[in-house]
Amino acid sequence: MHNPYKPYPVRIDDIQIATEDKSLRTFKFVFLDPEDEERFAYKSGQFAELSIPGQGEIPIGIASSPTEKGFVMFTVFRTGKVTSYLHEMKVGDIMGIRGPLGNWYPWDKLEGKNILIIGGGFAFTTLRSSIKMVLDPPNRKKFGKIDVVYGARTPGMLLYKEELMEWEKRDDINIHITVDSTNDPNWKYHTGFVPTITEKVAPPADNDTYAIICGPPIMIKFTQPVLDKLGYEHDHIIMSLENRMKCGIGMCGRCNIGKELVCKDGPVFTLEQLNKTPREY
Amino acid sequence: MKIIKIDKKIWSDGVEKSRDSYRLIGPVKDREFHQFRELAKGEQPDMNYKNSRLSPKSIAFPQSETMFIYDLDEKAEEHHIMQDAEKDYSPRAVIGIRPYDAKAFKILDLNFNNSDYQDPYWVNAYNCTTFISLAVNSPDKFDFSTSCATGPFDDSAVDVLLVDYNDSYLAKIMTDKGLAWLNAAGFTTKNGEIDGAVTGVSEAGEDIYEIIEKLKADAESKIRSKISFDKIKEKSILDIFNAPFWEDIAFACLNCGTCTYSCPTCWCFDIQDETNGRKGIRQKNWDSCMTPLFTVHATGHNPRHNDWERTRQRFMHKLKYFQDKYNQGIMCVGCGRCVEQCPANIDIRNICNQMNNGE
Ligand SMILES: Cc1cc2nc3c(=O)[nH]c(=O)nc-3n(C[C@H](O)[C@H](O)[C@H](O)COP(=O)(O)OP(=O)(O)OC[C@H]3O[C@@H](n4cnc5c(N)ncnc54)[C@H](O)[C@@H]3O)c2cc1C
Ligand code: SF4
Ligand code: SF4
Ligand code: FES
Repeated sequence: MHNPYKPYPVRIDDIQIATEDKSLRTFKFVFLDPEDEERFAYKSGQFAELSIPGQGEIPIGIASSPTEKGFVMFTVFRTGKVTSYLHEMKVGDIMGIRGPLGNWYPWDKLEGKNILIIGGGFAFTTLRSSIKMVLDPPNRKKFGKIDVVYGARTPGMLLYKEELMEWEKRDDINIHITVDSTNDPNWKYHTGFVPTITEKVAPPADNDTYAIICGPPIMIKFTQPVLDKLGYEHDHIIMSLENRMKCGIGMCGRCNIGKELVCKDGPVFTLEQLNKTPREY
Repeated sequence: MKIIKIDKKIWSDGVEKSRDSYRLIGPVKDREFHQFRELAKGEQPDMNYKNSRLSPKSIAFPQSETMFIYDLDEKAEEHHIMQDAEKDYSPRAVIGIRPYDAKAFKILDLNFNNSDYQDPYWVNAYNCTTFISLAVNSPDKFDFSTSCATGPFDDSAVDVLLVDYNDSYLAKIMTDKGLAWLNAAGFTTKNGEIDGAVTGVSEAGEDIYEIIEKLKADAESKIRSKISFDKIKEKSILDIFNAPFWEDIAFACLNCGTCTYSCPTCWCFDIQDETNGRKGIRQKNWDSCMTPLFTVHATGHNPRHNDWERTRQRFMHKLKYFQDKYNQGIMCVGCGRCVEQCPANIDIRNICNQMNNGE
């Protein structure tokens, strides 16, 4: 019997400071047993439990794309017990990864459709995975127009900045970068909050256009009315939730919203689904 | 289905004999109250017990269970890699478990053993256990099991159902697993055949089937409290979730968690690492939806911040979410433990009826 609680052993292969305030780091892991990499086959939007013996486990969205081979990548905000410990770990250290867990953005349904991706703060991780995946040449032609609105407090707080700048130059994706404020006189992108920029740049709502939103609660709260105003139907608005988790496989009972378990039935839901559940997130 | 009659005079010897091929678990008195635990050599299950404070779910879902061990010493081989903890899944028999407590295992099984994931600790422990159940002749006033698709004589989740009858136990043999234990205890003839003399009509000329039916009807008639949940099924989750009565219902609740820990169908758990020196274990521990820590995020945000929201969660899970998700009744077998032990007199029977009938 496969034991879903048992993590795959991994080695930390690379650690990068991800933001100017050093509160986020990006970790690349390599599986000790190469076959585990195949067992870990995942889709953009899924998450994993990072497992540090003696510290515990944390659910973290997968930031690498299934099209990137040889490693898996996560970007982690330093906050409590396990994340703080992880930030002190070194390249070469051994730990574990359990997963992939949860559902993913509905890529099958999104084929042939336009996608508006809206992200804020450090919830951009699984969106980075998604963008990387759809831009992979064999995949790009499967989707229609792709727009991305991504905002952070300041330019130094933008994740994956180099990639963003590269994507910005491409003509098969429209990247709309924004910051709340900046004193950089040469800043050539947007300034303003994500909902405001979304209102300006979002493609018109129609049956062939879906929005994916991932960000802090406050951003979601103010972006939803904008999408409503633009005429996006609630079954065309896709969101990824976070709740406190332990098992990640729908058994320990803590992450539920109504009868749905965010770890297993989610974390990805349409707004239409969420309208029917208690908002306990 | 066969029934045999076991004379109480040979009962203890048989139980002891079955030890050659089984680990035995049963109710024993620990100071004031009964609990289910492994029986030491020579120790007998107390077949006169009324109820155990904690349910016997711990047989396959222990309060605290080691899943893995690890070594943090960089010089050790396989350091920082989780290793399977040693487990003993040799055959075990739980003797004297109440029929509705056995039924609760079927409910837990829906959670721990599904087509997507199987919890190996649960599955292995459940599979290696033989349920030698004891029917309840005199249900107490907290028992409402007959409303919960089970009852004091429910034989649907057991391997053997023992019925206490004067100087004997009448043993309904429900499965081959049950027959195997009876064989091991020497309660059947040597080659495992069931002695014709003790099936159907006994030496005294009594019809055993009829006796059991009568005892069953007597027992069920003693259960006076009833609940209904058919209308809960029809209403929407949000309608009941947003009903006006929750703060009132929860007013007296202390969020102490007694109900969740004593309950045979509560399955929530936590995962924790415990390190001692350089070595440690990863454990699965019972948890409770009544504590704020159960759901609080690292940011301090808690989706169930208020006490009464946590009380609502327990009853919504048991009586509504579970019904909607599995379409197999409610997540409660009516054992009455939470009703009897709640320090604030919160009574799931009233809450269920209120959810069912309230606006
Ligand atoms: C699906 C999902 C994806 C996530 N993706 C990311 C990501 O890409 N990057 C990132 O930095 N953070 C992410 N988070 C949040 C991250 O899981 C928490 O910040 C982290 O668990 C905090 O752990 P801690 O031990 O440092 O905090 P503590 O407060 O010490 O928490 C103790 C334990 O509680 C649990 N816990 C606490 N807060 C949360 C929470 N918000 N969500 C889930 N479990 C929690 C964990 O098991 C944790 O180990 C994600 C959460 C979820 C549910
Ligand atoms: S219902 Fe009763 S037993 Fe349960 S948490 Fe509240 S006070 Fe404690
Ligand atoms: S909810 Fe109460 S009555 Fe129902 S199974 Fe649990 S402890 Fe027994
Ligand atoms: S994290 Fe355990 S049920 Fe979702």
